[in-house]
Parts: sequence; structure tokens; C-alpha cells
Amino acid sequence: MTDLYQLQRAMRRMRKQAMDRGVVAILDVGSAKIACLVLRFDGPDRLRETEGIGALAGQSSFRVIGAATTRSRGVRFGEIDAMQETERAIRTAVQAAQKMAKVRVDHVIACFAGAGPRSYGLDGAVDLVDSTVTEGDVARALAACDLPDFGEGREVLHAQPVNFALDHRSGLIDPRGQIGNRLSVDMHLLTVENRAIQNLIYCIKRCDLELAGVASSAYVAGISSLVEDEQELGSACIDMGGGATGLSIFIKKHMIYADNVRLGGDHVTSDISKCLQIPMATAERIKTFNGGLVATGMDDREMIEIGGETGDYEHDRRTVSRAEVIGIMRPRVEEILEDVRARLDAAGFEHLPSQQIVLTGGGSQIPGLDSLASRILGQQVRLGRPLRVQGLPQSATGPAFSGAVGLCLFAAHPQDEWWDFDISAERYPARSLRRAVKWFKENW
Amino acid sequence: MRPLIRRRSRVEPPPLRDPAPSRLAYRAERLWLTPLFRRFLRIGLPVVLVAAAVAAFFADAGRREALAALGHDLRQSFTERPEFMVGLMAIDGASREVDEDIREILPIDFPVSSFDLDLEAMRQTVAGLDAVARAELRIRPGGILQVSVQERVPAVVWRSDNGLELLDAQGHRVAPLAARGARPDLPLVAGTGADGAMPEALHLIDLAAPIADRFRGLVRVGERRWDVVLDRGQRILLPETGAPAALERVIALNQAEEMLARDLVTVDMRQAGRPTLRLAPGAIEEFRRITTAEAEAGDG
Repeated sequence: MTDLYQLQRAMRRMRKQAMDRGVVAILDVGSAKIACLVLRFDGPDRLRETEGIGALAGQSSFRVIGAATTRSRGVRFGEIDAMQETERAIRTAVQAAQKMAKVRVDHVIACFAGAGPRSYGLDGAVDLVDSTVTEGDVARALAACDLPDFGEGREVLHAQPVNFALDHRSGLIDPRGQIGNRLSVDMHLLTVENRAIQNLIYCIKRCDLELAGVASSAYVAGISSLVEDEQELGSACIDMGGGATGLSIFIKKHMIYADNVRLGGDHVTSDISKCLQIPMATAERIKTFNGGLVATGMDDREMIEIGGETGDYEHDRRTVSRAEVIGIMRPRVEEILEDVRARLDAAGFEHLPSQQIVLTGGGSQIPGLDSLASRILGQQVRLGRPLRVQGLPQSATGPAFSGAVGLCLFAAHPQDEWWDFDISAERYPARSLRRAVKWFKENW
Repeated sequence: MRPLIRRRSRVEPPPLRDPAPSRLAYRAERLWLTPLFRRFLRIGLPVVLVAAAVAAFFADAGRREALAALGHDLRQSFTERPEFMVGLMAIDGASREVDEDIREILPIDFPVSSFDLDLEAMRQTVAGLDAVARAELRIRPGGILQVSVQERVPAVVWRSDNGLELLDAQGHRVAPLAARGARPDLPLVAGTGADGAMPEALHLIDLAAPIADRFRGLVRVGERRWDVVLDRGQRILLPETGAPAALERVIALNQAEEMLARDLVTVDMRQAGRPTLRLAPGAIEEFRRITTAEAEAGDG
């Protein structure tokens, strides 16, 4: 636990360094594509270290000066599957983005979708020493949270305090300086499999880059594609990627739940490929150009040449109607959405005051998805696109880039995490004293 | 229809190119994007290369000499233009001997370029001549080196250990003199250090004008005071300070009493309060003889 605490703190320091140097890279390691953005921090907010959030939540402080996308290789279900391939793909993206930015980047903030995220809600409470709440009290309260047994080989990715309560008053955003007797805190803890993070760190190190932060892709997609009132009132962001579909639930501008479904656009493509007996590349092309979810009478007459290279005339001149393609795609998309529905139900999404659902990610571009999703997920469904940030090229403004853009926002203005508070004073000295005594015993 | 006959040499399709840069290419590109490295490559490296090339060129002695010769030739072709050439030297204000001396000590092979003439050094050389008080050199239009000289005027003849020399009013050496008879018009001074007190000496000579017919010369004694030497071996010993006043007193006495016409050897004025006369040997006896003779004649 402390190892991770130190690792995350080190990454925070690295992020600070990168901001001081002015250039940081954003890497979205997805199963369909790897996107790299190069940010330059030189806006008016750049060196402002004030309380609260700056203008436009820190968005005015940076500018995208380089952007590159490459087809992902070696990543399945949002996890690194083949290290060498992934490393090469990362290298391709980083080099192209560097070339566009005309600057060398050394620090990178990465996000990934998979690795089985699991959410835990923790709470802890402490009696205040002084009647006023200080930062140390907050740290103590966070440290007082009972850590659940999340199993061997898992690491904490996010640990964000989402709610503070002082005596009987709950729902405080910032308890510091307030007067009370007992401070309790609710914390949202997101754990992922350890090996996924280790693999990512290794790949990035192999590219001569330093990791300055890791985030869950579902979380950052939510940051960029949910508007402020949706984040405030309660909403779910569903990031439909290539190999995995992430979902994150936000309320009061905090993520309170994240999960992912190991199904995505690639499965739709492979269904088409298998049914029509065509290569994956052709299937992908047909899905992109002719795909859909709601069949009409017109679609029966629209014939699609699916081609082939066997030399057999009959085989090479096959055609399918668009209705058939829709018939292949729809069950799979329904399956994905039903899985998402099940996760939302498990999380208790129906208890939120507002139940807005935002679909984003590359998979959300399938025509007719909104009507299908509203049938399965509920009435309040919309398609989301990422926020516009300065300097982002037109080609990177689509919903497929909501993760990358969200990571930019995350880099500019990260939410408070557990490791942003100093280790609580009562635990730290005891341990170091014990270590000092141990050292003396061993050496004298 | 598909060709059924198999071609002998079928061109294999090239393997699919990997779009990923190799690790080396990636590192090279990152290195190239490093600002410090770029600056070194753009500024540092050319400077080093040019410096190395220049050093390599000049490492060979032959090339160095050739380049020096080229520079010399270029300079010469410019300085030896006719408008810069000096053809002759004109000397103004010098007597014939001094003129010859100047031509001797300025060994210039005319024609010469005016760039090669160091006028200041030449002026100092000319001014270094004993006979020259002041010298001016300039190059007149038309390629003439004009030397304007002001000669020293000899004021006295100085007899020293080195023989006879002519000195000017300031005590500078003007020229050696072969014989005293060559310049009978000039007064004679003698003694070591006489040249250092020449203004006083000239003043004394002026004062001695009433006894000019008897005046032989001045002698510097002990490098501090003057003796006036008259004919018949008479000497007037003057004090260290106030010598002109003492001399005036002696001349006044002479005019009143014809003192110097008597049989004196020395008039010692060194002590202003006690002027002393030294009579010639035998003069006392003569004086007594005369006075007793007069007395006897008076008695008788």
C-alpha cells in the first residue's frame, strides 16, 4: 500500500516537473488506436498555484501542439497483450506527435481501459484534535478508512475523497477551516490489476519516456464528455472502445463508480468477419461505412460488395444487403449495452437523482445507437463528444478521442487523490522511529 | 483468364513495411529534437569545422609562407604607387656640416615609399644630433622629405678632460673644437661640470665686460663655484651663491682703485664679509721697501 502511495506521489512530482518544463505528452493506450497528444503549458494559469480551480478548470493553461494516432497493436481488452508490439505502436504515435510539435517530450501521462477495474466505497472518521479542521485532519481521516481486501496482485489506481461530513452535516466539498468534533470522509477507491500497470510502465520506459500519471480511461472519458450539470446531478459515461467498454458514474463532480465490460467494437467487427467470411480489415470497413443498428426497408435493397481475393468468381463477387449487416451487428451491440445495464444496476444507478447516460468512444458512432441505447439503458441517453480544447486538430475532435482529451483535462487539473495529502502525522514518525531503532539494533 | 504458365522470375511482393520507427531511429529523432543538441549542431559544429579547416590549412609552413608573401606583395603593390613615393630629402636651416651629418645619419635609399618612413623615429634621430636644437620632418607634396632644423648657436668654448667643445647657452654640446684659435670670438670656460651652470657663466661673462681686455675665462671649481681667470695669472674666487654681486663688487673696486692692476694673485670673494687679497710673492717686500724709502725721503 505504501509502495503505491510512494509511486503515486512520485508520479505527481513528475507531473509537476513536466508542467514546469512546459511540455507533457498524453497517451491513450486503447485496443483500437493509440493516441498521443503533446501539450504545452504556457497559458495564463500555468504557474498559478491557488486554491480552488483556475479559469476554465485549468483548460486555458495548456495548448495541444502535437497530435498523432496510430492503429493499436498488441492491446486486447484495453490491456497490453504483446509488449513488443505495443511498445512499437507507442513509439510510432509518440514520434509522430513529437514531430508535429517540434519538441521533445520526456513525460507522459497515460490511460488505459482494461485491467478489471473494481470500485470500492470507503469511509473513515476521526475525532478532531483541535475543533478546526486542518489539512492534517483530512489526511488522518483518509488514513482512517478501512481498506477492503481487494485481493492479491491489485493496485489502487484512483483513491479520491468524494464527500466529507462534519458531525451531522454531510455533503461538504471542502471541510478545511470549519468547526466541529468529528470528521468523516467517504472515499472512492478504484483498483486494477497490478500487472497491467507494470506492463504499461515497462512499455513506456522502453520508449525512453517517464510516466507522470496513470488514469482509468472510463474516468477521463467521463471528465471530457460529461457537461458540468451532468457531473453534478448524476450521470453515467459509457466509453465504447475497441476491445472494452468502460463505464463511470459521476455525481457531485466526483466519480463514484467505474467498471468495464470486456466487449467492444472489435467484437462487432469479428462477428461481421465470421458471418460473412471476410477478412477483419474488410469487415471493419463495412462496419464503418455501412454499419447501423436499425434496419429499414431501404436497407434490404442496398447491396454491399464484400469482395474477396480467392480467385473464385462466385466467391469474390458476393454481396450482402445492409439489412444483413445490421442483423449481424445489432445483437452484439445489444449484448454490450445489456452488460452495461447490468453493471449500472449493480452499482445502483437508478438511485441517482438524475440518470443521464452519455455514450462516447469510437463505438458510439454507429448510426442508430442512441435509439437502441435508450431502449436498453433508459430514456435519458445522449451521444457525447469530448470538450473542445485549444489547438486540438479537427481530426481528433471525434468521440473516439474523449479519453485522450479527458486525460488532457486530468493533466491540467487533477482531482485530489489520497496521495496528495501528506502522510498522517501519527503514523509516519512511529514507523520511522521503529526503523531507526531497528537500524541501531542491527548495526551496534 | 489467369495466366497458367508460370513465369520464370516472379517478383516477390516486398514485405509489408512496419510503420513503427526502429528504436534507433526513435532515439535519433528524440536527440534531434533536443534543443541543446540542435543548437550545438547548428552553431557549435560549423564553428568547430571551420576552425579545424583553418588550423589544417595553416599547419603547413609552406602555405603559411605563401600566404604571408601574398599579403606582402599586395601591400607593396599598394604602397609603391608613384603618389606615395618619396624621391629626395630637403634640409632647411642647417649649416653645411650639419646637413652632411643629417644625410649621414638618415640612411634612406631614395626613392622610398612614404609608408616605410617612420617620421617620428627619424625626427628623434635628427634631434639627437648635438648641433640640432629642434627638428621637424614632413613629407611635402611632390615626394620630398622636408627636414626643418634649428641649429644650436655656440656660446662658449669649454675646455674639459675630453678636449675643447662648443656649448650653447643652455650648456648643450654643439660640436667639438679642434683648437681654441678656431673660435677666438667665444669666451672660454673650463672645469668639470661647467656645462651644467652655463646660464650663470654667461651672466658672469656679461658682467665682466669692463675687464674684457684682461678676461681669460671662467673655471668651475669643485662643480659648485666659479673662478674668473684674468691675464697675469690673476684669479677672482667667486662664492657659491651671489657670484654676480661679488663680481660686481670686484669690478667696482677695480674701477675705483684700479685694484686688479696691482700685484695681486688672488681676489678671494668666497666669504662676503671678509674679502681677501693675496699678493704676489715678493710684493710685500717691495711694498715695504717703497714705504720705507718714502718715509726716509720724507724724514730727510
